[in-house]
Amino acid sequence: MNRILKKRVLTSEIKLFEVETPLIAKRALPGQFVVLRLNEEGERIPMTIVEARPEEGVILIIFQEVGKSTKQMGTMKEGDVIADVIGPLGVPSEIEKFGRVVCIGGGVGVAPVYPITKALKEMGNYVISIIGARSKDLVLLEERMRAISDELYITTDDGSYGQKGFVSDELQRLIDQGKKIDRAIAIGPVIMMKVVSEVTRPYGIKTIVSLNPIMVDGTGMCGACRVEVGGETKFTCVDGPDFDGHLVNFDLLMNRLRIYEREEKIALEEYGQGKGRNL
Amino acid sequence: MAKLILKKTPMREQPPEERIHNFNEVPYGYSEEEAVAEANRCLQCKDPPCIAGCPVEIDIPGFINQIALKNFQGAIDKLKETNFLPAICGRVCPQEDQCEKYCVLGKKAESVAIGRLERFAADWEADKGKVKIPPQANPTGKKVAVVGAGPAGLTAAGELIKRGHQVTVFEALHKEGGVLVYGIPEFRLPKAIVAREVDFLRQMGVEFVASFVVGKTQTVDELLEEFDTLFLGTGAGLPWFMQIPGENLNGIYSANEYLTRVNLMKAYLFPQYDTPIVRGKRVATSGGGNVAMDSARTALRLGAEKSMIIYRRSRRELPARIEEIEHAEEEGVKFEFLTLPVAYHADKRGWVKEMECIRMRLGEPDSSGRRRPLPIEGSNFKIPVDVVVVAIGQSPNPLVPSTTPGLETGKHGNITTDVATGRTSKKAVFAGGDIATGAATVILAMGAGKIAAKAINEYLKTGKW
Repeated sequence: MNRILKKRVLTSEIKLFEVETPLIAKRALPGQFVVLRLNEEGERIPMTIVEARPEEGVILIIFQEVGKSTKQMGTMKEGDVIADVIGPLGVPSEIEKFGRVVCIGGGVGVAPVYPITKALKEMGNYVISIIGARSKDLVLLEERMRAISDELYITTDDGSYGQKGFVSDELQRLIDQGKKIDRAIAIGPVIMMKVVSEVTRPYGIKTIVSLNPIMVDGTGMCGACRVEVGGETKFTCVDGPDFDGHLVNFDLLMNRLRIYEREEKIALEEYGQGKGRNL
Repeated sequence: MAKLILKKTPMREQPPEERIHNFNEVPYGYSEEEAVAEANRCLQCKDPPCIAGCPVEIDIPGFINQIALKNFQGAIDKLKETNFLPAICGRVCPQEDQCEKYCVLGKKAESVAIGRLERFAADWEADKGKVKIPPQANPTGKKVAVVGAGPAGLTAAGELIKRGHQVTVFEALHKEGGVLVYGIPEFRLPKAIVAREVDFLRQMGVEFVASFVVGKTQTVDELLEEFDTLFLGTGAGLPWFMQIPGENLNGIYSANEYLTRVNLMKAYLFPQYDTPIVRGKRVATSGGGNVAMDSARTALRLGAEKSMIIYRRSRRELPARIEEIEHAEEEGVKFEFLTLPVAYHADKRGWVKEMECIRMRLGEPDSSGRRRPLPIEGSNFKIPVDVVVVAIGQSPNPLVPSTTPGLETGKHGNITTDVATGRTSKKAVFAGGDIATGAATVILAMGAGKIAAKAINEYLKTGKW
């Protein structure tokens, strides 16, 4: 159990693992996540289940190397075992026939938006997808997203591929063209989800975002992941991770994501000087 | 019997000024001589009232007599007839409200230090290195799933394996012990001791499956396809907040998070361990129970210059064990009694910088029998802080009840059970501990695990629900 069966390097910083977890694969629904712990000293890290293949007993996860733990995870090889994989956690995404939906993924956020997009397509929705990245070589899951989208738009910050600009610019353009949109799903950096929610707000387009706060247990026990939605405190791990973007206090979320900025730097430095150097 | 010695044999401890700089256990425990001396204070009553004060009904004079006779193996054997976790109970039970409260000596002098003697016997066996496995009944072929490896679940597992049933314990976290590993700090209950007791159950044949979230990884109904019966001991895992302005600012923790980071995740050893924690200089803990004491004392060990307990009633009403209150005071924790937080204020970076409080006075007794705290209008004042720990209680964890059709719950989200048997409204499902009663003590959860095990055994034998 918890063995890495396949590893793929998607971009310089983004990697894909297929992990053998038969029980989780059997139950996982789009929008749910797992909590991982790499080893005895490891912290507990939440990660979206990008795909579950119950017949093979595997789940697929995609992660970006940003801090010490994800960098260390990036050095793991096929055949290695992750100490703990816990899940599937969180409330599954709402999958219904809404009509015309726009699915938006920014950066590594394309990975979690993919399973929701796929489920919405299978439910008979007309799917417009917008995926974005900083530059061409960082665009994620383009072919997979194309295969499940009726229309696919790509944006890059530097214009090296697709439209130059942000995913929110592309969404505004589609709205300006007069496209009727029944629902939007947006997953990516907090600032992107905030901007997308502001784009859709004046048009009354319901917009679902998937939040990524700091977590510890992932089962409602600690409250590290508390967010404010519609003025109320919610625990992302058990009440979410999907929430109505028009009600989320994104500024609070951004603030809380900075709690361990200093410690994250220390951990990374220690890792760079120590055991990480030779890996 | 020699002449009456009025005072308990003292237990040697790490001096406060030393121990606030480490996470090592505070008391050292009795030596053999000290234990024997204390055991000799026991009057060996014919009709001992202390036993009635013990939720698991340990033969207290029986095991103490063995210590007095220097038959330490006999003492631990006696304890384990009724209690699987003596090393833990000897450390964390509120003895002053249980066995020691009823001790006949207590009327004229200090009661016998029953808890310290229990701890001594358990530690003596562990130090000897060879733990005796008690006799077990022949295998019955029945399979029991225990959900939650906390005090209730561990006790139920021990009782059921002893009766010959096959027992599998499912634990949501990555380590067994429940509140004993995530909540109670190392300096009060070393994690090696919890691991030792879990290992003892493992040696008896209990199977443990960690990182398995019942309700998510598999549901109760799915487990019932594989197991004959289920015991739910999932605890009170949902932390309360006060719902006051600013409570989500950076630097404000639930006690569950604060203690889990430090105890289970070993954040005090960061960066050797990956999980970080904010090490505040001025830490305020809101609440007055054992969890609040644990949090305030942990803050000191993480380097706080000032660690404060903010409690809305007075010292008399503190629900914590006396020993915890005394230890906190010795270590320099400052108590602000009759004080209630009403808001938090932020600095420019979104971190908590002040706790705004209001002074309280005590009014008429409320439903708990304690005098109700009432706010004194206009008495607001601010305390400068950089870390806050909210330790005002927790509710039963809703994960299992919300995913189990047919399982009735009460108005606080607790699973409704028959107190005498632990039976729930769902056939073949039993429950006990904090999930049924709301947040209480380790020993009460163990008592509930024991009662349920007896009823489960009966149910497995007769098939009658």
